[in-house]
Amino acid sequence: MNKPVKPEDTGAILKVVGTRPIRPDGVEKVTGRAAYGADLHLPGMLIGKIKRSPHAHARIVSIDTRKALALPGVKAVMTSADMPDLAAEHYEAGESASNLKDLSANVMARGKVLYHGHAIAAVAATSNAIADQALDLIEIVYETLPHVIDVEEAMAPGAPILHDHMLTAGLGETPTKASNIATKHRLDRGDLAAGFASADVIVETRYSSAAVHQGYIEPHACVASYAADGQTQVWSSSQGHFVIRGLCAKLLKMRFSDVRVIPAEIGGGFGGKTTVYLEPLALVLSQKSGHPVKMVMTREEVFRATGPTSASVVTVKMGAKLDGTITAAQVDLKFQAGAFAGSPVGAAVMTSLACYDVANFEITGWDVVTNSPKVAAYRAPGAPNAALGVECAVDELAEKLGLDPMAIREKNAVRNGVRAPYGPVYKNIGYVETLDAIKSHPHLSIPLGPNQGRGIAAGFWFNIGGESTVNVSINEDGTAIVSTGSPDIGGSRASMAMMAAEVLGIGVEQVRPIVADTASIGFSTVTGGSRTTFATGMAVVQAAEKLVIDLKRRAAETWGVETDQVVWQDGAAHCLQAGKAPKGSLTLAALAGSAGKTGGPIATVVALNAQGAGPGFGVHVCDVEVDPETGHVTVLRYTAAQDVGKAIHPAYVEGQIQGGVAQGIGWALNEEYVFSTGGIMENAGFLDYRVPVASDLPMIDAIMVEVPNPAHPYGAKGVGEVPIVPPLAALAIAVRHATGVRMHDLPLSPSKIRAAIDAKAG
Amino acid sequence: MSKQRTAAIVNGDPVEFLSDPGQTLLDVLRDELHLTGSKEGCGSGDCGSCSVIVDGRLVCSCLVLAAEVEGCRVQTIEGLSTGGTLHPLQQKFLDHAALQCGFCTPGILMASKALLDANPDPTESEARYWLAGNLCRCTGYDKIIKAVLDTAAELRQDRKSA
Repeated sequence: MNKPVKPEDTGAILKVVGTRPIRPDGVEKVTGRAAYGADLHLPGMLIGKIKRSPHAHARIVSIDTRKALALPGVKAVMTSADMPDLAAEHYEAGESASNLKDLSANVMARGKVLYHGHAIAAVAATSNAIADQALDLIEIVYETLPHVIDVEEAMAPGAPILHDHMLTAGLGETPTKASNIATKHRLDRGDLAAGFASADVIVETRYSSAAVHQGYIEPHACVASYAADGQTQVWSSSQGHFVIRGLCAKLLKMRFSDVRVIPAEIGGGFGGKTTVYLEPLALVLSQKSGHPVKMVMTREEVFRATGPTSASVVTVKMGAKLDGTITAAQVDLKFQAGAFAGSPVGAAVMTSLACYDVANFEITGWDVVTNSPKVAAYRAPGAPNAALGVECAVDELAEKLGLDPMAIREKNAVRNGVRAPYGPVYKNIGYVETLDAIKSHPHLSIPLGPNQGRGIAAGFWFNIGGESTVNVSINEDGTAIVSTGSPDIGGSRASMAMMAAEVLGIGVEQVRPIVADTASIGFSTVTGGSRTTFATGMAVVQAAEKLVIDLKRRAAETWGVETDQVVWQDGAAHCLQAGKAPKGSLTLAALAGSAGKTGGPIATVVALNAQGAGPGFGVHVCDVEVDPETGHVTVLRYTAAQDVGKAIHPAYVEGQIQGGVAQGIGWALNEEYVFSTGGIMENAGFLDYRVPVASDLPMIDAIMVEVPNPAHPYGAKGVGEVPIVPPLAALAIAVRHATGVRMHDLPLSPSKIRAAIDAKAG
Repeated sequence: MSKQRTAAIVNGDPVEFLSDPGQTLLDVLRDELHLTGSKEGCGSGDCGSCSVIVDGRLVCSCLVLAAEVEGCRVQTIEGLSTGGTLHPLQQKFLDHAALQCGFCTPGILMASKALLDANPDPTESEARYWLAGNLCRCTGYDKIIKAVLDTAAELRQDRKSA
C-alpha cells in the first residue's frame, strides 16, 4: 500500500472536511428524479417473475414448464437446469464470502427446496398479469420433508438434515455423520478454570434474539439486457456492482468483460444488498427471450427470500473480583445460517469480548443451517447478537457486585496496547474516550420516574478497508470530477467530493462525484463493512494529491522555475521565487485552461487495497418507560457516543449513528420473523413485521468522539456499523431496571414483558 | 378486459390515460406517466413511499385505483418544486441532511407537505404521528422531524412578514 502523504500545502487547518455542505446527489433525491433499480424502462422490456416454494423443505420430483411457456405473451421460462451446475468454490465478495455452488442453489433451487419462498422457476412475459398467470401454470411435484428452523433444534440429534453431505468443520476430527452444524468456531486465551477459580462472583446467563430483516425500503430490482454477441448490461441496485458482476459471471460462466453492471441509486442495503438474487435470473431470461428483462421483488418476496440476519442463542458465564475486575469469560454463540452455511457467527466470536480486557476466555460459535432464508450481512453482522449476551451479562455482574455499570466497563475497558481477543494489539482506539463522553453527558443525571429504567451498553466493530479504484480529473474550467466504484448509500459522494476539494483547495461545489459502472472504472469491492469513506476516501485523497503534484509541475514549467519553488494553496499554484510569475500565482482554472501546453489532460487514477481501518467503539445510554398494564415500552431518550476517528461530513456521521440506533431499537423491541408450524413466515409484510416508525422514537443524540486514525489522511474511521451493536442490550437492560425483571429473549414484545411482570408478581 | 379511460390533473397539467380496472394509481404514475419519483416499497399501504396528494388528501397511491382519480387533482413529488425552485421542505431536507438513501424521501416530502398544509404549527409529537405511516430505515427520523419542524417555523415566519 502507498503510504498516504499529507500534502504540506493543505496544512493542518481543514476548510472543507468537517463542514456540512449539501450533498451533491441531494436535489435529484428530493425532486424524485434519482433513478433506483425499478425506475429504468427499456424498449421491448419484459417483466420477469419468480415461482417460489410453498414448502419449507421438500425434494423436487419434477417441474413441468410447458403450459407456462405456451401461454401467449410468455417469452421465456427457466429453472436451475438453465444454469451451470457448479462445483463448490469459494468466492470472496466483499463482506460475505460466497460458496458459488450454494449461491447458485439459493438463487434457483436445485434438487431440493430448503425454505418457504425458495426460488424454483422464473418466467419472462410481456406484462405483469401474464407473468403471474404463467407462474400458476408451472407444475411442480414435491416430496415434502420434515423441516427445522429453531437453531437449537437444528443442532439436536435426530433433527431433519438439510444437506446430506454437510460434515461439521472445526471439531478437530472429521465427523462421519451429516449434521446441520456447518462449522464450530473457537477462540480462547489464558486459563479459563483458573480465571473462574479466582473470581468472587460468577454469573451464568442466556440471551436469545429472533431473526430480523435489514428492512431496506427499496425491494431488490434489476434490469438485464443480453445481446446476441454475449455482451450484457445489467442495471442493478446493490451495495457493490463489481460484486454483482463477479457473481453473475461466475454463476453463469461468462467473461467478466461481457458483463457490464451499471449501478442504480440504491434504496438502502445495510448489508443485505451485497449478494445476488435476481440478476443471474434476469440474465438467463434475457438470453433465452432475446429481450431486456426487468425483475422487481415484492415486499413479501424480500422477507421470504432475502436477508435476514441470524436468530441466535448466546450463553455467557462471567466471573469477577469484588472490585469488578473480570477474571474469566466463557461465551457460546449459536447462530442460524438459514438454508446454506455462512452465518456471521465468526464475526460474533471475534467481537463478543472486544470491549473487555479479559485474561482468560473461551468463545465458541456454531454456524447452523436451518429451513429459513439464507442469512445475509446486516450492519455489523453478528456483533449485535453477541453484544446482547455479553453486555447483559456485564450488567448482571455489576448488579451482583453493587457496581455502577459505567464503572465496571471502565475497570475492564480495552486500551491502546491491549491485545484484542481476536488477535491484534489495539492502536489508536477511542473506547475510553467514548466512555468518558457518556460519563460527562447530562443524560446520566436526568432523574427517572416510576416504571422508568436506564440501560447502558457498549459495542465494537472492526471496520474494514479493502480494494477501491478512484479516478479524479480536472475539467477545462478547473472544476473536478471524482469517479469511484463505490455505491453511495448514505451520502458517501458528499464525503468523496469534500476530501477531493480539501486537497485541491477548491470549493466542494466545484467537485462533481459520480459512481461509475464496471466498465468505466477499476475494481472496487462493496460498500459495506464501514469501508467506503475510509478506503475509497483514501484513494480519493491520494488521487487528488497526485494531481496537485502534477499541477505544481505544470506551474513550474510555465514559470521556468524548479518545482520546489511552487506551493499549492487555495486552489492555485504560488511561486516562491520573486519576479518569475507575472501574477504570482496560477489558479486551477488557469492551469486547466492551458493544460494542452503543459502535457495534456489533467487526470489520474488510484487503485489501492486500504489497510489500517481503525476499529470503532460505541457506548449507548437509553431510558425507557414500561407500561405495567400493557407491557409496552416507550423509548424516552437515547444518547449514543461513538469514536468516529474524524467526521468528514458530521451530519451524515450523525445520520449513520441515528439510523443504526433506530434499527437496533426495532430489533430489540418489535422485529422478528414469526414462523408457522409449517415453516412459513407469518408476518411477511411491513404491517406485521413492524420496523420503528417516527412516533416510536425520540430524538437520538449522536455524540461524535474523534480519536483520529493515522492510517487515513484525515483520521477517518468506519462509522456505519458500530451504532447497531449496543442497542439490543441497552434496551434489555433498561427494561430490566424499569420493571425489575430480566428479559432474556428478544424481541421485548408487550406480551412477553407482561408475562414476565406477572410471573414476578407471582 | 377492456381498459378504462381516465382524465385527471397531475401536477397542474391535464393528463389522460388508459388503465386496467385493477391497476393502481401508483402503477399508472410510474409505468404510464413515467413519474417514477413515487416509489413502491410494499404495495400494501404500509410504507408510505408512494404517498401523493389527491384533491388535498394524502394517500398511498398503491391503495388507490387509477380510475378513481377521474377529475381529481393529483400532486406528486415531481410537482413539489415550481419553476426550478425547490419547495421549502425540499430545501430544509437538504440543509438538515434529512435523507440518506433517498428512497423514502419523495413520500415523506409529500406527507410532510400535507401535514404543513393541514397544520402549520405542528408539535414534534404531532409531526411524528403524522409521519408514522412513512417508513424510513436509514435516518432514525431524527433529522427528518427537525427538517419538517424547521420548515414549519420558516413558513410561519414568511407568512408573518408577508
